[in-house]
Amino acid sequence: MTLLLQYTLIFASVLILVALGGCFSEHSGVINLGLEGTMLVGAMGGALVMRYLTGSVSTPVLILLVILVSMLAGTIYSSLLAVASIHFKADQTIVGTALNMLGLAGVTVVVKAINTAANPDDVSSIIQYGAARDKFVVKLGNFEFSWFMLVTVILLVTAYVLLYKTKFGLRLMACGEHPQAAASVGISVFKMRWAGVLISGALAGIGGIVFIMAGASEWRFEYGVAGFGFLSLAVMIFGQWKPQRIALAALLFGLFRALSNVYSSFGWLAALNIPSSVYNMMPYIISLIVLAFTSKSSRAPKAEGIPYDKSTR
Amino acid sequence: MKKLLKNDGFQSLLASLICILLGLLIGYIVLLFINPAGAWEAITTVIKNFLTYNRKDSQLKYLGNTLVKTAPLLMCSLSILFSYKVGLFNIGAAGQYCIGIACSLYCALALKLPWWVCALAAMAGGAVAGSISGLLKSYCNVNEVISGIMLNWIILYLTNMLLNGVKESASPYTKEVAGTSAASVLPTLGLGKLLSDNKYVGLSIPLAILLAVAIWIILEKTKFGYELRATGGNKNAAKYAGMAEKRNIIVTLAISGALAGLGAAMLYLTSYEQWNCSSSSVPGMGFNGIAAAFLGGLNPIGAILSSFFIQHITAGGAYVDKKLYCAQISDLISSFIIYLCGFVFFMKLMMNKRLAKREEAAARKALAEKESKGGEVK
Repeated sequence: MTLLLQYTLIFASVLILVALGGCFSEHSGVINLGLEGTMLVGAMGGALVMRYLTGSVSTPVLILLVILVSMLAGTIYSSLLAVASIHFKADQTIVGTALNMLGLAGVTVVVKAINTAANPDDVSSIIQYGAARDKFVVKLGNFEFSWFMLVTVILLVTAYVLLYKTKFGLRLMACGEHPQAAASVGISVFKMRWAGVLISGALAGIGGIVFIMAGASEWRFEYGVAGFGFLSLAVMIFGQWKPQRIALAALLFGLFRALSNVYSSFGWLAALNIPSSVYNMMPYIISLIVLAFTSKSSRAPKAEGIPYDKSTR
Repeated sequence: MKKLLKNDGFQSLLASLICILLGLLIGYIVLLFINPAGAWEAITTVIKNFLTYNRKDSQLKYLGNTLVKTAPLLMCSLSILFSYKVGLFNIGAAGQYCIGIACSLYCALALKLPWWVCALAAMAGGAVAGSISGLLKSYCNVNEVISGIMLNWIILYLTNMLLNGVKESASPYTKEVAGTSAASVLPTLGLGKLLSDNKYVGLSIPLAILLAVAIWIILEKTKFGYELRATGGNKNAAKYAGMAEKRNIIVTLAISGALAGLGAAMLYLTSYEQWNCSSSSVPGMGFNGIAAAFLGGLNPIGAILSSFFIQHITAGGAYVDKKLYCAQISDLISSFIIYLCGFVFFMKLMMNKRLAKREEAAARKALAEKESKGGEVK
């Protein structure tokens, strides 16, 4: 039971972080479908820090560096989306999809190159971080508390305050609702959209590192992040683009995702003899059903996905 | 020349070529970063693909293999461009392709049905998957991209589960179609003889090309196609004009799904590939279809060329020196090409702007000359 709780919380953390990322981007008016690829790039950044710095710096510094580097990697990567969608009026769906594929291919190429350079016989895309992973968790009995859970709560509160209680957040949301109106009162739509996309990149980046460290001590990067970027988008839609609701939605989705990891430890679930594939399918089936019922009355930002054109009204 | 530059088709071609060149350049730069010594050789290997072989008959044989995989890629790109013309981004093509694998292999290996029944089953599977996205889009307002992605994962696990019953006992792979049920293998039509007896080459290649032409005719020359495109252009206007916009969305995604599903049958029923029943992601074919569709300028005929190109460099990636680089370098190049395809609209805009400016300048010059001449006469 504690295992289920632990996995639920850590997967929910991932979903909250990445869905908040999507939320910032969409509130500014840019659909970020590239979250999946951005997560992977962020995860690689963090994993590389652990690979090279474990043992040589103190634990708090390591934790801080891992978080910062994965956020930075995500931010830099998402600027590819920002350039294309803000300045070149590119189709955001295509660019987002391209970023997912580019993330997977690029990260695989880079990690394989690093591995092969270190050892010519090693052609895998695996980075190991078992030793570093232990420093991120505190054992409370059977429950493994991860510092990432705390970071998630802090970022969740920050996101809420930033969006609803600051000038910046309200301006950001104005750009996603009616950019021309925002521009008419002197808000720079381009700047706000850049901010939205970059914040989403940072949050997806940290989400990526949390995801790969959720239950594994090494990661094979050519496997990607198993659709978590898209699950997060479903969480965001279910959460109606509001941080507090996103958190609740993420807990629900996290629970179903956790079930597929730990169902075998529940006697009565294992006795049902349902193939593991069914549990793997569950989060996606649930999200489809949830989306079918919630999308009709969608509160999506009105101008999302539409390139801003100064000359239109 | 000026007329040619103004032609939309020519502009698309030019833009695609720019995308390809930039994509290859980026690939080359990445290779340079990894290891400068072998970079040039690696990038030329990727471009050469089967031409890296010296003997003519091996070249032909591996050209055959590239063609065998081009057919399903072309089907996936047709699937994507068909729905894109109707304003829908069918990223679910990857899953529709995957369910096509499940249906065709199950019919072939477990039920031992003739090939055309297996192919029809694959089409039906893809069509059902597509129409689920369509139904969700038209009646529940669920974005087809999100539902497509969710379906991709659901279908992946379904496929693993279904095909687990027909796998080899010693490996995670499904049994070979040719050895298990000879009637389920696609007819070769004797085409393999042209390519050094490549036994996989057959019906799929001419059929895929024929279907590309058929899709072009449907979209551009029929009332049905016009209705679909009108729905894509403006859903509300189409509804106002008396078109059944909800039905059109569902039908479009069903057709898209059937195309992708058939693509899977075209590859797996040749016995060229076996399915790994512990796969952790859907095959990349559907996603590469996106690259091929956009690189082909969203034109079915262009898609034939671009599918071949994408498959050509993907296969070429397998030949790079594994001690220095990895095969995914070609995935990197093709995904970068898709990224650049996002800029095509902007490129065309720039081309037209340049042309308009030049024309304006020419017109002004002509006017100035006329005026100065007029002055002389006075």
